Amino acid sequence: MEDLLEIGGKKIRSRLITGSGKYSDERIVAEVVAAAQCDIITVALRRVDFDHPGENVLQHIPKGKILLPNTSGARTADEAVRLARLAREMGCGNWVKIEVIEDQKYLLPDNIETLKATEILAKEGFVVLPYMSPDLPLARKLVAAGAAAVMPLGAPIGSNRGLRTLELIEIMVEEINVPVIVDAGIGRPSHAAHAMEIGAAAVLLNTAIASSSDPVAMAHAFRLAVEAGRLAFLAGLGSVSKTGRASSPLTGFLDD
Amino acid sequence: MNIRINGKPESIAPDMSIEKLLSARSIDPACVVVELNKTIVKKDCFGSTVLKGGDVVEILRFVGGG
Repeated sequence: MEDLLEIGGKKIRSRLITGSGKYSDERIVAEVVAAAQCDIITVALRRVDFDHPGENVLQHIPKGKILLPNTSGARTADEAVRLARLAREMGCGNWVKIEVIEDQKYLLPDNIETLKATEILAKEGFVVLPYMSPDLPLARKLVAAGAAAVMPLGAPIGSNRGLRTLELIEIMVEEINVPVIVDAGIGRPSHAAHAMEIGAAAVLLNTAIASSSDPVAMAHAFRLAVEAGRLAFLAGLGSVSKTGRASSPLTGFLDD
Repeated sequence: MNIRINGKPESIAPDMSIEKLLSARSIDPACVVVELNKTIVKKDCFGSTVLKGGDVVEILRFVGGG
């Protein structure tokens, strides 16, 4: 039986979700996606630049991928809802990553506005993936409101700091019965593997790949890390001990 | 006729539909979404939606993002 990620009525093979942002030349996005072998890719919605009217990131994203527009730029639930409806109007699907951020220093999401937006958009039939600060009671409310998954941060967006909120994520993995996707802060493939080892359903990352000296190679590394972490989780990690436990037999020693 | 497009005041000819506006700016209608006075304009209405003085138009497209 295949180990597939189930979200929004779809069964998805890859547990690595990549962003398409922070590239000076968006043509590399196609190569990153190919190396990552991701099935879901995030995009943002912005005003057309009339000096470059032909620019459109979708040209660099292969057909058949699931597009996950984010509501970046939104500072309130109303702004997120407005962006989500506009994104859906593009005709590329009804998935949305709710991202509501007023804090410009740490880029931490506003969980309360995120919940409000989730309630509205889930009722309108969107497949809602809310980006949030890890918080079990709030995650339960997001699920009750109709979120298809919950996406707690590991560390601030773009910081590459890893799983600083590890224990809160572990609590959510234990208690929440929709996919828990670690989104934001992952900087190294080992962070992604760790998130998968503790039972995250998937990881979402952008900067870790885009800020690498070789994004295509890094995307490949992340693909392997996510697969390794997931296999380890399914295999069952061994118990942890404070003392040593010998790896070789304790009898039959050669004696002088 | 004065309207606002993407936050900037612009002067356009009368009887300009959204379809004509996009075409004049070399914008592929399949790659954008349009909001007129805070209401989304469906793509199949681009030709029949004609702009009036004072209209506020937003034309957006997908860009790279995380």
